[in-house]
Amino acid sequence: MAYLQMRGIAKTYGGVRALTDVDFACERGSIHAVLGENGAGKSTLIKIIAGVVQPDAGTMTLDGREVQFSSPLEANAAGIVCIFQELSLMPDLSVADNICITDPPRTRLGLIDSRAQRRRAEELLARVGCEDIDPRERVRNLPLSRRQMVEIAKALGRNPTLLILDEATSALTSSDVTKVYEILHQLRNEGLSLLYISHRMHEIKELADTCSVFRNGRHIETFPKDAHTDHEVVQLMIGREMSHVYPPKPKWDTPPQPVLEVRNLSWPPVLNDISLTVGRGEIVGLGGLDGQGQRELLLALFGVLRGVQGEVLIDGRKTAIGSPARAKSKRIGMALIPEDRKTEGLMLPMSIGANISMAAMPMLTRGLVIDRSREAQRITEMIQQLQIKIGGVGDPVATLSGGNQQKVVIAKWLMTGARIVLLNDPTRGIDVGTKQEIYQLLRRLADQGTAILFYTTDYDELIGSCDRVLILYDGKIVRELVGDQITETNIVASSLNLSDQIERAAAEARA
Amino acid sequence: MSSATTRMGIDKPILIAGAFVIVILLVGSAYTLATQGTLSFLSPTYLLQQLQIASFLGITAAGMMMVILLGHIDLSVPWTLSAAAMLATAVGGPAAVPVGLGVGLVVGLFNGLGVAYLRVPSMIFTLGVNTVLMGLMVILTGGFAPQSAATDLMLFFGRDRTFGIPHAVILWIAVSVAIVFILNRTPLGRYMYAIGNREAATYLSGVNTRLVIICSFVICSLCAAIAGLLLAGYSSRAFQAMGDEYLLPSIAAVVLGGTHILGGRGKYLGTVIGAVLIVLLQSVLSVMQMPEAGRQIIYGAVIILMLLVYGRGDKLRA
Amino acid sequence: MKTLRIYATQNLGLLIAIAIFLVLYLIYATQLSRFGMNVVLQNANEVVPLALVSMAQTVPVLLGGLDLSVGPLMTMINCIASEFLAGDIWSVLFGCVLCLVIGSACGLLNGCIVVYGRIQPIIATLATGAIFIGVALFVRPTPGGKVDGDLSWALTNDINELGYTYGWWEDLGWFGLIPLPAVFLVLVVLLVWIPFRRSATGRGCYAIGSAEGAAYMSGIAINRSKLAAFTLAGFFAACAGLYLTLLTGSGNADAQQAGSYTLNSIAAVVIGGTSLFGGTGGCIGTIFGAMVIRAISFIFRVIDENSIFGFLASPLLQSLVEGAILLLAVSLGAARVFRVRNRLTLFT
Repeated sequence: MAYLQMRGIAKTYGGVRALTDVDFACERGSIHAVLGENGAGKSTLIKIIAGVVQPDAGTMTLDGREVQFSSPLEANAAGIVCIFQELSLMPDLSVADNICITDPPRTRLGLIDSRAQRRRAEELLARVGCEDIDPRERVRNLPLSRRQMVEIAKALGRNPTLLILDEATSALTSSDVTKVYEILHQLRNEGLSLLYISHRMHEIKELADTCSVFRNGRHIETFPKDAHTDHEVVQLMIGREMSHVYPPKPKWDTPPQPVLEVRNLSWPPVLNDISLTVGRGEIVGLGGLDGQGQRELLLALFGVLRGVQGEVLIDGRKTAIGSPARAKSKRIGMALIPEDRKTEGLMLPMSIGANISMAAMPMLTRGLVIDRSREAQRITEMIQQLQIKIGGVGDPVATLSGGNQQKVVIAKWLMTGARIVLLNDPTRGIDVGTKQEIYQLLRRLADQGTAILFYTTDYDELIGSCDRVLILYDGKIVRELVGDQITETNIVASSLNLSDQIERAAAEARA
Repeated sequence: MSSATTRMGIDKPILIAGAFVIVILLVGSAYTLATQGTLSFLSPTYLLQQLQIASFLGITAAGMMMVILLGHIDLSVPWTLSAAAMLATAVGGPAAVPVGLGVGLVVGLFNGLGVAYLRVPSMIFTLGVNTVLMGLMVILTGGFAPQSAATDLMLFFGRDRTFGIPHAVILWIAVSVAIVFILNRTPLGRYMYAIGNREAATYLSGVNTRLVIICSFVICSLCAAIAGLLLAGYSSRAFQAMGDEYLLPSIAAVVLGGTHILGGRGKYLGTVIGAVLIVLLQSVLSVMQMPEAGRQIIYGAVIILMLLVYGRGDKLRA
Repeated sequence: MKTLRIYATQNLGLLIAIAIFLVLYLIYATQLSRFGMNVVLQNANEVVPLALVSMAQTVPVLLGGLDLSVGPLMTMINCIASEFLAGDIWSVLFGCVLCLVIGSACGLLNGCIVVYGRIQPIIATLATGAIFIGVALFVRPTPGGKVDGDLSWALTNDINELGYTYGWWEDLGWFGLIPLPAVFLVLVVLLVWIPFRRSATGRGCYAIGSAEGAAYMSGIAINRSKLAAFTLAGFFAACAGLYLTLLTGSGNADAQQAGSYTLNSIAAVVIGGTSLFGGTGGCIGTIFGAMVIRAISFIFRVIDENSIFGFLASPLLQSLVEGAILLLAVSLGAARVFRVRNRLTLFT
């Protein structure tokens, strides 16, 4: 009998069916990967298992006993430990404090025994291969990859029988990733159940014994690792032929007129001597592993970073962009769709209308006053153009689904009539249908002459949407892929900075 | 959450505060009826006088609301008010009122620069500014013995009436119109709500957030200065520490009016009602000859009870 | 060596506060013509009430909140204590315990309003502060009290005087010269603050101030830590009020003084290195913050009118300089703004 068995699980979030009639089982001593696009229901499934949310229907049995967790603490007591993507570390506390935050070792007087705590932290850190982290160090002073290792050590310290990792390796360096794989394999051999969520196929191949695919809130299929080819798995995940997802790309006979040109841009230590151009009507993609400077590049162009060296030319003229207000101005006409729509893109309690018109305000005024009728008209236009599903314009934007929220962010910038659009991973956490609409919107904008610079963590988007792809590694552009060169092999190889080897091998194979 | 609930969430405090104002009026009139046999509490002269007193608090609270909407706070209001009045009377003549307003402008700019550019938490920065202003006024009065009589213009607005209506109330109405205009009809107002909700998103939408913050603090200090000049006119002179008893009540008026203390939400009408509520509460307690002890206790208890009632709406949201 | 480095970088605010205090006090001590232990005693008596009320402010600030009722609560306990600190040892002890219990209960009340009423601390404590002043006025409409004169003298002097007043001992050498206020402060820190800080509940306060969401996810008992924080604030405020009664020998329901103590407590917290956003700092830093604030006013007493700083000797200038120094101190902490390279981090 399976260690964890879920039957008929359903969960609805304010009108959106996150999970419908899900049967799911997970064995002891196995690494079980959960695959699916953003919005497929993976996160909801995990949150239910970990006790963060409660299902609306269905049952869950653990080791034969029926269970129901009303809080993460209860799930922990049952041996279920979850490592979420948003870290559960307190930045101002030390590593040791964080690792032993619940149930710390105590002295006879009932106070926290800091020496014993430090020893425990050292043990756990050694177990994840991070002996170099000093337990007395404040978490705030550690880089993100180290923090994630601390998070893993903390989870191990809770003696889990079922360990869930929700995109837990996204920020790790490659050597840390290898260490984590080793630990996970070892834990599996010791009989632990491991649930691993990721949308990175290569990770799944390294780790998993079993895979489950979710799509649109339903469990589609569970199968052992090599039962399907990559193509078949992707089919299961998206449910339709890949070629239908992306609008067709134009043919470029002559290179387009450069709108945005970057020369020798540096922002030490993250960005090193970057030069690129984006032309009228082009969609240029930024690729590469996470954390190679892609986000920082976009922020630098938008005027958010201080101390940026190098030159930026708009329409051939050297321009200094010192703030987003300046980037937005008519002369430059830049827009940035930021990384986290909830904290950087939207004012959640404010109305949908107020959010949409926030960036274009200077264009909607007559003198000192807001031209209300014009504002309302433009808002309606945007809502129609982007097909945003809303109840009423005065509703708080927090009531919308993720995909519609992202559309509001895009609408906000479309209203300014921007000619250069920067996008920072815009389709993360968005349902499939909205994603498609966004791809088509981007191509439409490009056809109208907008220059688009598009960072995404999803290879398929790079392949499907972009005319050119620039791969970043260590803050430098290591490869430019044009047209037919944009393939997954080339992207992956360049991301790992192995382009030459792979190309040679491919050439030899063809010969 | 539908728009109806949202409307309820913001208007509910205004309804409750308004209802409470009526309750106070009833209690006051019942008291005067029982003890004096008259409804003097509801007499127009008395009510107009209360409104006149409320206008000083109301104008101060209007300015405070601007800053609280941003998620900040201005603890320099007491001595801005006093300094504006004292410097104005010290200068005297036609330059008095411009000097007083100038004080408000300068203090507001200084606060705004500290909070917007240096990113010092507004609570502690304005606290420091308050102490510095007090220090300056101590030097002024101790070292120079300035005149403190109110000028004609200040008397005109602070004390005088036309057809029984105090000019201070008219000025309060004018300030209110300006504030409502700014909040509802200008981009500045929109930006203020946005910053109070999520400053990062407002910044990334290309808004000059620093300028908005400076404007808010300038409006707040200007309002405090206006209140100071009015108060000096009402009392016919400026006096030390005249602003101290306006700080906490102005914050309370804003919060009781439904504005969220952390910013981003609130309607101006609520602040007006909040100011009226507090003044009426203080006056009914003084009519009842409640000793200061009882007045303070009731004042504090009322605030907590009202916030608890408002908070029920928030529980659904949280 | 590494331990030292880690300690230094993590407690930078505290170390700076200590350094500033030492510099200021050294200037004061060397300039004062008749510096001696009696001066130290007087200074200690001026520092301790502010230090205690600032400790009260520290704990809610660690949570990321604020307590505007610490001054009023101190005043209320001051007035209540002025009724009880007389008579035999048992009634005095009873009075002290009663005051501490009442203070803690009021703190707990604050905590309940914040936690269960879901009202923001700043506005909740603004309201309860008014209530506390009201109660203080009720107990002591006019200043006065029944405080035992001997008790008041004995407990606010040095150890020698304590023994001398009650005939317990005469002269204990250098040990006898230690001011009792300093002893009380140290005892409160050792017996109350340090154990709290090292308890799970105390650590929970830091966790909540650092990242409340992560604290919840990590299974910390949020409500318990918040309630404990406000209760402890009430306890410290009661200690402050109790000591003020011993010092002044009377109860005085002065709302203005209460407000001034509250505002100074916030300043002491900030100068002592505790962040107003919560998560870092502590009471020990705050004590030095209070000492810095008092030391500034001490310096004014020793400025020679004939020196180049003579113009500063005017008592008129004292408020201005104190305010300017406070402003400067907190603005210095803002220097980090100029080193920030990703402006987005300024808004988080």
